Amino acid sequence: MTSASPAQRSLLAARRWRAWEPLLWLAAFAAPLLLPSHALIVNEIAIVALFAVSLDLVLGYTGIVSLGHAAFFGMGAYSAALFAKYVMPDPLVGLAVGIAAATVLGALFSVTIQRGSDLTRLMVTLGAALILLELANKLDWLTGGADGLQGVIMGPLLGRFEFGLSGRTAAWYSLTVLLVLFFLARRLVESPLGATFKAIRDNRLRAMAIGIPVGSRLAVSYTLAAGLAGAAGALLAQTTGFASLDLFEFHRSADVMLMLVVGGTGWLYGGVAGAVVFKLMQDALSAMTPQYWTFWLGLFLVVLVLVGRDRLIRPWTWFGKGRRP
Amino acid sequence: MLTILFDGIAYGMLLFILAVGLAVTMGLMNFINLAHGAFAMAGGYITVLLMQRLDVPFLWCLPLAFAGAGLLGAVLERTLYRPLYHKPHLDQVLFSIGLAFMAVAATDYFMGSTQQIIQLPEFLRGRTELGTGDWTLGMGHYRLFIIAVCAALTVGLQYVLARTRFGSRLRASVDDQRVAAGLGINVNVVFLSTFAFGSGLAGLGGALGAEVLGLDPTFPLKFIIYFLVVVAVGGTSSITGPLLAALMLGIADVAGKYYIPKLGAFIVYSLMILILIWRPQGLFVRNGGKA
Amino acid sequence: MSLAGSPDDNVLSARGLVKRFGGITATSNVTLHLKKGARHALIGPNGAGKTTLINLLTGVLQPTEGQIALEGRDVTRLPPHRRVRRGMVRTFQINQLFDGLTPLETLALTVSQHRGLGAGWWRPLGAHRAVAERCDQLLEQFHLTSVKDQTTRVLAYGKRRLLEIAIALACEPRVLLLDEPVAGVPAADSREILDILAALPDDVAVLLIEHDMDLVFRFARRVSVLVYGELLVEGDAEAIARDPTVKAVYLGEEARG
Repeated sequence: MTSASPAQRSLLAARRWRAWEPLLWLAAFAAPLLLPSHALIVNEIAIVALFAVSLDLVLGYTGIVSLGHAAFFGMGAYSAALFAKYVMPDPLVGLAVGIAAATVLGALFSVTIQRGSDLTRLMVTLGAALILLELANKLDWLTGGADGLQGVIMGPLLGRFEFGLSGRTAAWYSLTVLLVLFFLARRLVESPLGATFKAIRDNRLRAMAIGIPVGSRLAVSYTLAAGLAGAAGALLAQTTGFASLDLFEFHRSADVMLMLVVGGTGWLYGGVAGAVVFKLMQDALSAMTPQYWTFWLGLFLVVLVLVGRDRLIRPWTWFGKGRRP
Repeated sequence: MLTILFDGIAYGMLLFILAVGLAVTMGLMNFINLAHGAFAMAGGYITVLLMQRLDVPFLWCLPLAFAGAGLLGAVLERTLYRPLYHKPHLDQVLFSIGLAFMAVAATDYFMGSTQQIIQLPEFLRGRTELGTGDWTLGMGHYRLFIIAVCAALTVGLQYVLARTRFGSRLRASVDDQRVAAGLGINVNVVFLSTFAFGSGLAGLGGALGAEVLGLDPTFPLKFIIYFLVVVAVGGTSSITGPLLAALMLGIADVAGKYYIPKLGAFIVYSLMILILIWRPQGLFVRNGGKA
Repeated sequence: MSLAGSPDDNVLSARGLVKRFGGITATSNVTLHLKKGARHALIGPNGAGKTTLINLLTGVLQPTEGQIALEGRDVTRLPPHRRVRRGMVRTFQINQLFDGLTPLETLALTVSQHRGLGAGWWRPLGAHRAVAERCDQLLEQFHLTSVKDQTTRVLAYGKRRLLEIAIALACEPRVLLLDEPVAGVPAADSREILDILAALPDDVAVLLIEHDMDLVFRFARRVSVLVYGELLVEGDAEAIARDPTVKAVYLGEEARG
């Protein structure tokens, strides 16, 4: 048997699971057990982390600036909620329905993001979310309108595990879904398809010049990300028993973008890290009046950009210039 | 129906004045500035403060709002915006959202979150009606005033762009920044004055529009989408493009909310998306210009 | 579907290409034929429209008039990425690289894409041994092995230029369009590039845009001269070197400049 080519060795080495990863996931799964009063926030963090990872796929890996990713989050939530309320309350089937609905919506809207400049893309993604917000608002006989969709009672998971008040089942459910989808996303970004996404992100002109069908790849990335966001939305509706209009609002899309930026784009754990930091900070600061939160958030964004996003995680570069371009 | 058209035109012209600064900034500096609405809000609140605290007559507030917002724009351009021109669009989006958040929160803190009421002078209140029955044209005097002011500004802008040296420097810089600099045009000065002027216009629009659109701390986030629609559909390579787009948007919005209230905003957004799919560079793009 | 009257051994045939932008004619009635294994140079003063021509050939721009055929099949309406799949590949005058990826990842993805594996999503990028071995070859050939795992963003200019050309070779071109390959490259590194150009496979047709006359006359067998978007003259390299009108075009430039 001939020895492996050096190129192959390098490529495969890059994708090995690092030692700290299993520990991180173990800790995550242990949290609802060890900190039972915090099971609810663990659930929230898992859901928001999945949402952020889905945005990372389009933003961090494919370079599509989307300000309307909440459209798919909300779509997944409402689809799963309506399914549970009117068809059957099984969580896993409902999850599948939520994912399917969001994926179809994503495929539909993926037509809009293929051409035009960043501004155009910003506009159509923003417009998409606002349209859904309007629709959900106007179709109030179906969605409950401004009051939201209430009374979503879920059946037991896998026929055995009830969603109790403690939130532990919910937290483990969300964490499991997060882990499975995270694993799939990881295979995707390390595959040739994922590499073509990164190529499109880095240099669309050159990607075209090496034979990559840029338009259809953009659509694929956007559609897959929509499905992941839909999963997160479905989990939210199922574990809180409620779906509301604010899931479509601009601040949801802006928040998830911020989380991703804080944690680092182009790195799947960036979404997870950002979600953890954001949620914990939001929880701690929610004692303050809402005005303060918005102000400090804004200031943080301004400083973040002025300092440079990639310097944030390397504090030793904060002072003094001389970075290699 | 004519009244709807009239109201739509007034709304559209107001949107144009508010958004034209954003269009030029996008075309000139290729900078996505989502905080543009904050300058409009500044103009509105300057007017409110001047009228309520210092008893300044409304008409005098307008140029002062322009000046105030313009000055704010000039300062921010020089200090915060300029280092960011070459950053990726995502960074610009994040930065300007951050600024907008800060403006919204600070205004809420200092001025409270209720809507501000502006007392219009006597001669601007009231209404004139022409015609009868279905073809009645009801012209609110204030809306007439808005149309007049905005039309005058538009003509002035066209003149400056087409006939003055500054205008040609501006157009050259929009077409190709590097070549313009090579020709000896001081691009920094062009940027600064254009940004300040555009912000000033937004401030003026905010002052004019406070009565019609409502003025409260959430103004920048509520209306930025309308400004962006004007810019995206109208394109950034002329000012007639955004003008037409703003008029279309104004009329569509007013008509939509009147005739089909159930679907009002939905129609506007869908139209916008369809237009952008059909013509990603905007509806009114000059041929041969930089995309 | 082949164009009427086109000789069988032309891999690239462009006939009567015209490109107008509003009132400006950037390209005027340009005809160009490349046979298999051609070594053809395109020269001309700045602003003559050489890059516009490349953009027309590769499909980045649509011609106002004229036709382009690749190996006898009409490609005039074909989108750029399809032309690449048919074997027409170009390099860029200003490096167009994937700054966030390493040279190895860049070449691996290019080779994968070219071999129809670009849509695979389950198996990792390094799974295919044949792809990896081709990458080893290319890295070796272009002296990039020592930097193969560094992010492209931090590479020195000379290495970036080598990568620029390596990417094109990874697409296994039948027609290679090189846009000023040694532009901005320091003398020591340009020799590397010249050696690589000299060692290009014999069955690849190469169109070289260059300003550097030494390189042109060392490399090319046939030369076309483009001035103000029009073909001034085309012929064998030695004939062009002696042609007085060509000299006038260049000397005239110097006298004015």
